[in-house]
Amino acid sequence: MQPGGPGIPQCNARSPSLFTINTWLVCSLLANIFVAIIFPFCKRVPLRYQMKVKVIARNPDDYVRETKLDIQRVPRNYDPSLHPFEVSREYTRALNATKLERVFAKPFVASLDGHRDGVNCMAKHAKSLSTLLSGSCDGELKVWNLSKHECVRTLQAHEGFVRGMVVRYCGTSFFTVGDDKTIKQWKMESPGYGEEEEPINTILGKTVYTGLDHHQNDPVFATCGQQVDIWDEQRSSPIRSFTWGVDSFSSVHFNPVETELLASCASDRSIVLYDMRESTPLKKVIMTMRSNTLSWNPMEAYYFTCANEDYNLYTYDMRYLAKPIMVHMDHVSAVLDVDYAPTGKEFVSASFDKTIRIFAKDGGHSREVYHTKRMQHVICIKWSADNKYILSGSDEMNIRLWKANAAEKLGVLAPREREAANYSQKLKEKFQHHPQIRRIARHRHLPKTIYHQTKELRVMKEARRRKEKNVRKHSKPGSVPVVSEKEKHVVTVVK
Amino acid sequence: MFIFFQKSDPFPGPAPIPEDRLQKFKRKDKLKKPHRKQHKLRDIIARSEDASEMAQKQAARFDLLLPEEAGFLEGDEDEDTCMISQEDIAEAVDITSGAKYFNLKLSQFGPYRLDYSKTGRHLLLGGRRGHVACIDWASKQLMCEINVMESVNDVKWLHTEAMYAVAQKKWLYIYDSNGIELHCIRKFNDVLRMQFLPYHFLLATASATSFLQYLDVSVGKEVAAICTKTGRLDVMCQNPHNAIIHLGHANGTVTLWSPNQKEALVKMLCHQGGVRSVAVDKTGTYMVTSGMDKKLKVYDVRTFKPLKSYFLPAGAACLSLSQRGLLSAATGDVVQVYKDVCSMPVTKPYMAHRLRGTVWGLHFCPFEDVLGVGHGDGFTSMLVPGAGEPNFDGLDANPYRSAKQRQEWEVKALMEKIQPDLISLDPTELAQVDQATWEQRHQDRVEVLGFDPLAKEKFVPKYKKKGRSSAGAIERRKKQVAHEEQRDVIRKSVEDKMKMEKERKERERKKAALSTQKSALDRFKK
Repeated sequence: MQPGGPGIPQCNARSPSLFTINTWLVCSLLANIFVAIIFPFCKRVPLRYQMKVKVIARNPDDYVRETKLDIQRVPRNYDPSLHPFEVSREYTRALNATKLERVFAKPFVASLDGHRDGVNCMAKHAKSLSTLLSGSCDGELKVWNLSKHECVRTLQAHEGFVRGMVVRYCGTSFFTVGDDKTIKQWKMESPGYGEEEEPINTILGKTVYTGLDHHQNDPVFATCGQQVDIWDEQRSSPIRSFTWGVDSFSSVHFNPVETELLASCASDRSIVLYDMRESTPLKKVIMTMRSNTLSWNPMEAYYFTCANEDYNLYTYDMRYLAKPIMVHMDHVSAVLDVDYAPTGKEFVSASFDKTIRIFAKDGGHSREVYHTKRMQHVICIKWSADNKYILSGSDEMNIRLWKANAAEKLGVLAPREREAANYSQKLKEKFQHHPQIRRIARHRHLPKTIYHQTKELRVMKEARRRKEKNVRKHSKPGSVPVVSEKEKHVVTVVK
Repeated sequence: MFIFFQKSDPFPGPAPIPEDRLQKFKRKDKLKKPHRKQHKLRDIIARSEDASEMAQKQAARFDLLLPEEAGFLEGDEDEDTCMISQEDIAEAVDITSGAKYFNLKLSQFGPYRLDYSKTGRHLLLGGRRGHVACIDWASKQLMCEINVMESVNDVKWLHTEAMYAVAQKKWLYIYDSNGIELHCIRKFNDVLRMQFLPYHFLLATASATSFLQYLDVSVGKEVAAICTKTGRLDVMCQNPHNAIIHLGHANGTVTLWSPNQKEALVKMLCHQGGVRSVAVDKTGTYMVTSGMDKKLKVYDVRTFKPLKSYFLPAGAACLSLSQRGLLSAATGDVVQVYKDVCSMPVTKPYMAHRLRGTVWGLHFCPFEDVLGVGHGDGFTSMLVPGAGEPNFDGLDANPYRSAKQRQEWEVKALMEKIQPDLISLDPTELAQVDQATWEQRHQDRVEVLGFDPLAKEKFVPKYKKKGRSSAGAIERRKKQVAHEEQRDVIRKSVEDKMKMEKERKERERKKAALSTQKSALDRFKK
């Protein structure tokens, strides 16, 4: 401490004293008054101290916009002490975002009307996003323009059900199979004026064909009925046939990544894998109940998901068929169709219980359910190739167009809108486990039948679980092995 | 063949960021990695930590682009900064900054309390005898001036410069910035002090009848009325970091309150006499209190431990902490400003100023190097170089915002209004995994109900027909279940015992491995 003059007491060693400053002040002020009194006629020279001083001085030109046509200037400082309550504010924003998502969740876009019997199968156009083909149970085939929601072409493809259809990879023609044991190839463009609808090619078979799929790059397609046949487009008889002691196959699908691989669902509750280059099937997995159809993950070459009759979907790794990767449970009736999103992260399933459910690829339960009073049993489903829409064909002759993301705003978004949407999405993900937010995000309105059916199934499952636990408790330890839920549904794998 | 001379980059890689700047933006420490088998969880945690680190680094890099720098005052070698008078400083700086030092001579209506709005542009003055005025102090434009014809205890801006609250003799009044009385809230009576919690839109009032009341100004409802039972509440301040209200009492204690609890969260004995003033810094780390025992104490408010204690010849009646950590203390009619009082031991003030009347209110202006002093002779605005935060955030509090920007900000702030339930001592509680709550709640329920609702019900055997429910049969069935439960209990106790044995053996083994003493019996140990 610097002594300021004579007679000023020294400070205490124990606690620093500040009263000396007051005396300095008093002295300096007294000095001023003294000078003023003694020399009233002189111009008082103020005490000047040498100092370096800087005070915050902002130039308003740097902070206010120049003209009305400019945007406002917003200087930023990310110092956390200027932004307190980070977590609480983010939580409140996440809560608002979740609530708004529920407010804006209006997934139904349009209904395509026109079929005169239930829609049995659909096919995505390989090259055009706005074209959809659909076949109905009376053999009629319609080509739709999705942007205008109207049918551009109708033709009578088969007598009886149209069992399967697929568009060729080039997009210029498409194939259909039907109950009249024929495979027909049609041109994609409508016939000119005065011309009749004629298939380019017709192949007559001996048995009913139930499914059809085309190779990704080669002029090869596969059908299934009583056996799985591989056809070359130029030939009228299959180049290879696979059988494995099963009397009927319900569907066949080519792997979109490993293009030589096929999978089919058979009526002996099994899924059979084939390699087109081999002469015999690769292996098969037998489950507890029959699969209706399956879909390959377009991003991961070895995963496929099958839609089963026991209300579940199973995702398998093609290499380890002994145990499914995931069991997806949420439907309350048989699952009829499944399709993956082009990103490979999600898939959609159509079920006999009049609902559509969207699952994450590794999620045990659905993230979204779509239903309408007017929509009856949903037979076929497709996820559009731009990842935005879901198309469902159902029993009551309608094809419905839904949004894949129910609360998404369609159309071109301004950059700020897009950023705000991304930010809200990230916030919702960050706080998704908090109880209030989870409760709001999970809440869906279900039709009464489905709600009660879900509860009933839960009670049944609980009872079964309790019984198993009791049996294990009262038996010799180790005699009743613990079987995980995933393993429960697989009977065996046959090579 | 050409041989190209590769000029190697003398500074490879991204520019290094100084450690202290990175520390400023650091949030939490890294989490302990979960078990190796939990692949998905490890992946998610690793990704989110990477993203968080990148964000912190980017924010630290952005620090370089901040336009303004803080003020400072340095005297020459043998001169103290506290001898430099306000007039000298005002002359030495440029004319606009010099105009920030001014006096308002208002000796008629009693000592003045003051409040600066959150952006720092608007000043609200309330004289004890009823004079209330709001001014845009930088441009010296008077927004409104009224006399409420009653004694005024405290004045406070609400969330914008459009409304303010005045605690008058009997009740609480809300006025518009044009001086129009909007509300007279009779539920809030005898209010002595007020604090506004900006992110919660809560006005906390401390009354002479020892009630602490919270008013939600966005919906106009009283959120909580807490009877503190501690006497007249005259000393109040808020902790800007976690929105907790600090009250000082005549018995030397400082109590911490949140609207969710009827009792104080914390009670600290700070002074031997009454507490005269409390102030908390903006990061919520330090609390400065001054008491009747002429002491000025600095506490760490997170651990509630005293850090420093200074002796003042006359206790400080008013305290205020600036955004950059400068402390202003007013004793009588002298205001002293201290620098870095929390971190380093201080021996002399940074600046000092004498006023014409007793100091009644003290407030640093948010983003300016200005200290506003309300005293018996009116109002004085002092220049304190280095007090204000030089760089404001345009999205939070922007002194240069237009009317449109203010409206947009108001709507966004209202949407992000934090519910009062979230006010607690640790504002990051929501971000932590909550393991203990369920167990705690369960225990509470058991205590309240007197029994455990989740405990298994006593087995009541089903009444069977056709003579199968004879006494003997029922007893047999009961015995089966009783044996079951006994077996469970025995199995569990055996398992626990085995686990404890194993742990004990582990511990002994470790101890033996560490200890170097060898005894003759060591050879017999297994």
